[in-house]
Amino acid sequence: MNTFLDVVIIFSVIVLAFAMLGMVYRMLKGPTLHDKLVALDAFGVLLMAMIALTAMMLGTTHLLVVVLLIGILAFIATIAFAKFLEKGVIIQYDRNSDE
Amino acid sequence: MTLIHLAILLPVIAAVLIGTLYRYYRRIHLGWFVLPVPLLIVIYLFTLIPRVMNGQVIHETMQFMPRIGMNFDVYIDGLGLLFAILISGIGALVVLYSIGYLSEKENLGNFYVFLLMFMTAMLGIVLNDNVIMLYLFWELTSISSFLLIAFWSTRDRSLYGALKSMIITMFGGFLMLGGFITLYLITGTFSIRGMIEALPQIQESPLAPFAIVLILFGAFTKSAQFPFYIWLPDAMEAPTPVSAYLHSATMVKAGIYLVARFTPLFAFSNLWVWTILIVGLFTMAWASFNAIKKDDLKAILAFSTVSQLGLIMSLLGLGALSLATGANDELFTVAVVAAVFHTINHATFKGALFMITGIVDHETGTRSMKRLGGLLTIMPVSFTLTVITALSMAGLPPFNGFLTKELFLEAMITVLEADFGAMASVDFLIPLVAVVGSIFTFIYSILIVYGIFLGKRTHDTPKEPHESPVLMLISPAILSLLVIVFGLFPNMLSATIIDPAAMGIMDSAEPLGTHLAMWHGFANPALWATVAVVIIGSVMFYFRDRWMFIYNYHKEAFTLNYLYDQGLLYSRIGSQKITDGYMTGYLRNYLVYIFGFFIVMGIITLMNSGFNMDFSGFAPVGIQEVIISLIILIATAVILITRSRMVSIIMLGSIGFSMALFFVFFRAPDLALTQLAIETVTTALFLVCFYHLPKKSRHEERMRFKFTNFIVSAGVGILVILFGISAFSGRVFEPISEFHIENVYELAAGGNMVNVILVDFRGFDTLFETLVFGIAGIGIYTLMKLKLTRKDEDNEEHSEESRV
Repeated sequence: MNTFLDVVIIFSVIVLAFAMLGMVYRMLKGPTLHDKLVALDAFGVLLMAMIALTAMMLGTTHLLVVVLLIGILAFIATIAFAKFLEKGVIIQYDRNSDE
Repeated sequence: MTLIHLAILLPVIAAVLIGTLYRYYRRIHLGWFVLPVPLLIVIYLFTLIPRVMNGQVIHETMQFMPRIGMNFDVYIDGLGLLFAILISGIGALVVLYSIGYLSEKENLGNFYVFLLMFMTAMLGIVLNDNVIMLYLFWELTSISSFLLIAFWSTRDRSLYGALKSMIITMFGGFLMLGGFITLYLITGTFSIRGMIEALPQIQESPLAPFAIVLILFGAFTKSAQFPFYIWLPDAMEAPTPVSAYLHSATMVKAGIYLVARFTPLFAFSNLWVWTILIVGLFTMAWASFNAIKKDDLKAILAFSTVSQLGLIMSLLGLGALSLATGANDELFTVAVVAAVFHTINHATFKGALFMITGIVDHETGTRSMKRLGGLLTIMPVSFTLTVITALSMAGLPPFNGFLTKELFLEAMITVLEADFGAMASVDFLIPLVAVVGSIFTFIYSILIVYGIFLGKRTHDTPKEPHESPVLMLISPAILSLLVIVFGLFPNMLSATIIDPAAMGIMDSAEPLGTHLAMWHGFANPALWATVAVVIIGSVMFYFRDRWMFIYNYHKEAFTLNYLYDQGLLYSRIGSQKITDGYMTGYLRNYLVYIFGFFIVMGIITLMNSGFNMDFSGFAPVGIQEVIISLIILIATAVILITRSRMVSIIMLGSIGFSMALFFVFFRAPDLALTQLAIETVTTALFLVCFYHLPKKSRHEERMRFKFTNFIVSAGVGILVILFGISAFSGRVFEPISEFHIENVYELAAGGNMVNVILVDFRGFDTLFETLVFGIAGIGIYTLMKLKLTRKDEDNEEHSEESRV
C-alpha cells in the first residue's frame, strides 16, 4: 500500500465526515420533514462511500456487501417515507378492515 | 415393620377402610366399627406392661428415610406406654360415647376418619424415638385437631377456633422442629436415646439454651401453657367427644410428654427447670382464677384443663430442679411421680367431666350455667358421676385427685428446702401460688356440681331435661369408677405404670418402689395445706357473690385473646400496607427497585472483590472511532432532552446505524449486515407504533427530570463501565477463538468463521434463536388476529378490562 493512496483515502474520509456532519445538521434543523428525509437519504449514500473507503483502508473485500445493503435499505426507506408523506400509509392493504 | 408399628398405624389403616365403608353401608352406627380399633390397641399395649415394668425397653426400627436419619424407631418405655395406654384406652371410651352423642344425621365418616387419624398421630408421638418422625406425628395431631374442631364447619365460631388452634400449635410445632434440628447439630443424631448418650456435648454446647427455648415453645403451645393457652377455650366449639378426647386427655398432654421425654436431656439447665416450673405454676393459678367467671360449662372445663396441665408442668419442672441443683432425690422422685400420676388422674376425671357436660348439653340443650340448675332429681346418675369426678378434680379424698394434689402441695412446700441462690427471698411465692391455684380449683369444681345439679330448678332450658341413655353413660361411668379405684388402690398403678414412667423421665434403670397412700400423718404439711384449701375454698364459695365483682375489672381488652385478635388484625393490615407501599403497580417503580438493587450489589461486589484497572491491554483509538462515539453520544443526549417522539425514534435509528459502522471498523461484516437490516426494521416498527398513538394523549412534552431516576441511571451506567474495565483488565486466559481460527476449514470446511460458529461449532444456539423468532412471529400474529371480545355492546368495556 503506497503512501499516496493512504493520504487520498484519509483525505476523502475527512471530507466525507464533514459532509455527513452537514447532513446531520440538516436532519436536526431541516424546517420540514421533507428536508430531513432528503438529508437522511444523502447520509445513507455518504455512509456507503465511507464504508467503501474503510474497506480500502482495511484492505478487505468483505465489507462490500454492507455497502450494497445500505444502498438497498436507503432506497427502500426513502421510498417508504415518500409514500408515507404522500398517502399517510405505507402498506395500503388493511388486513383488519371488514370491507 | 413389627407388630408395634402396625399397632401405631392401625387407626390410619382403619380410617381408610371405615371411610370406604361409610359410603356404602349406613344401617349401623359407624362408631361400632371404629370401636374395636382402640380396644385392640389397648389390649395389645396391656400385654407389653410386664415387659416394661422392670425397666426394660422395647426398641424396634423401621427404615423410612435412612439417608437423612429419619427412621420410624419405636421406643417403648414406661412413659411412652403410659401415654399410649391413655390414648387408646380413653380413645375407646370416647368412641363408645360418641356413638350415643352423635346422631346418624351427622357426617360420621368425616368424624371417625379424623379421630382415627388423630389416634395414630398421638400414638406416633409417644412411642417414637426419632425426633423428626415425632415432629411428623406432632403436626398430624395439629392437622387432625384442626379438622375435628371445625367438624361443624358451617359455624363461624368453629372455624375461628380451628384456625386459632391451628395457628398457635403450628407456630409452636415449627419452633420445635428448629429445636430438634439444633439438637441434631449438637449431637449429630435424631434419636432421643442417642441424644441422651451425647449429653456431655449438649451440656457444653452454646446452642443448648437455643434448643431448650425452641422445644419449650412447642411443648407450651401444644399443652396450652401461659401465654399460649388461648386456643384451648376456643377449641371447645368441637363436638364434646373431641373436647373430651383431644382437649383434656391426649393432645394437650403431648407437650407434657415432650417435656417429660426431654427432661433427662435438659434437666442440667436452669433455664429449662425454672421456665417450666414458673410457667406451669403461673398457668395453673391464672387459668383456675379465670375458670370461675365463665358461664359456659365447657369453657370452665377448658380453663380447668389449662390449669391442671400447668400443675403437671410445674411438677415436671420441680422434678428437673432436683437434678439440676442436686437437691434431695426424694423431692425429685415425688414430683415426677406426682406428675405422672396426675397425668393419669386428669385424663380420667377430665374425660368423664367433659362427657357429662356433653350429656347435660345433649339432654337440656344448653351448656350455660345461668340456665341450668336443680337437675339432681332428674339426672341422678349424671349427678353421681359429676360429684365423683369434680371432687377428684378439687383434690378431695377418697378420690385419686386427692393423692396427686397432696403430692403436688408437698412437693411445692418442700421445694423451699432447695437451694435457690439469688432467688431465695421470693421462694415463698412458689407454694403460695400453688395453694392459691388449688383454692380456685376447689371453687370452680364445686361450682360445676352446684351450678348444674343443685340450687333452684330452672325451667328455661331449651329441652325438657331427662336422664341420658345408658349408651352415653357407660364411658363416664367407667372413668368415674377408675377415679375411685385409683384413689383407693393407688399402688395397683404405682408398680405397673407410674414407676416405669417416672423411670423413663428420670432415665434411671432401677425400680423406684413408690408407695402411694392416702394418709401421711399429721406431720405432713400438705395435709394442712389441703385442709386450708378446703376451708378457704368453701368460705369463698359461700360468699362468692361478695367478691365476684373483681372479675368485672378483668376487662376483655386486657386478655390475651384480645391481643391475639388485634395482632392478627394488625398483621393483616400491616402486611397489606407494606405490600401496597412497594407494590405500586407502576413498572417504573419496579425498575427503580431492580436497578437500585443492582447498584447496591455492584458496589458491594466492587468493594469486596477489589477493582481491577489495567490499561496496558487497550488498543490505540482511531479518529473514526472517536467521531462515531461522538455521534452516538450526541444522539443519546438528543433522545434524552428532545420534546418530540419522532426525533427520538430517528436518533435511536442513528445510534443503531452508528453501531453498524462500529462493526465495520472492527472488522465484523456479518454483524454489520445484520445490524443494518435489523435496525431498519426496528426503526420502521417504531414509526408504526408512533403513527398509531391515540390522538388524545399525543401531546408531546419533554421528559421530566427526576433526581432518583438520574441517580439510578447514572449509577447503573458508571457501574457497568467499571465492570467492563475491570473485567477486561482482569483477563486471565487466552481466548478460545484460536481453536476456531485453526479449525474453521480443517474441521468444518468453511471460510467464514462467524457463520461456521453459528451453524456448526455452536449450532444449538442458532437452532433455539430460530425458535425464538418463530415464537415471536406466532405471538405477534396471535395478538393481532385473536380478539376474544364479547359481541354484545354492554359488556364491551368490561371484557376489555378483563383482557388487560
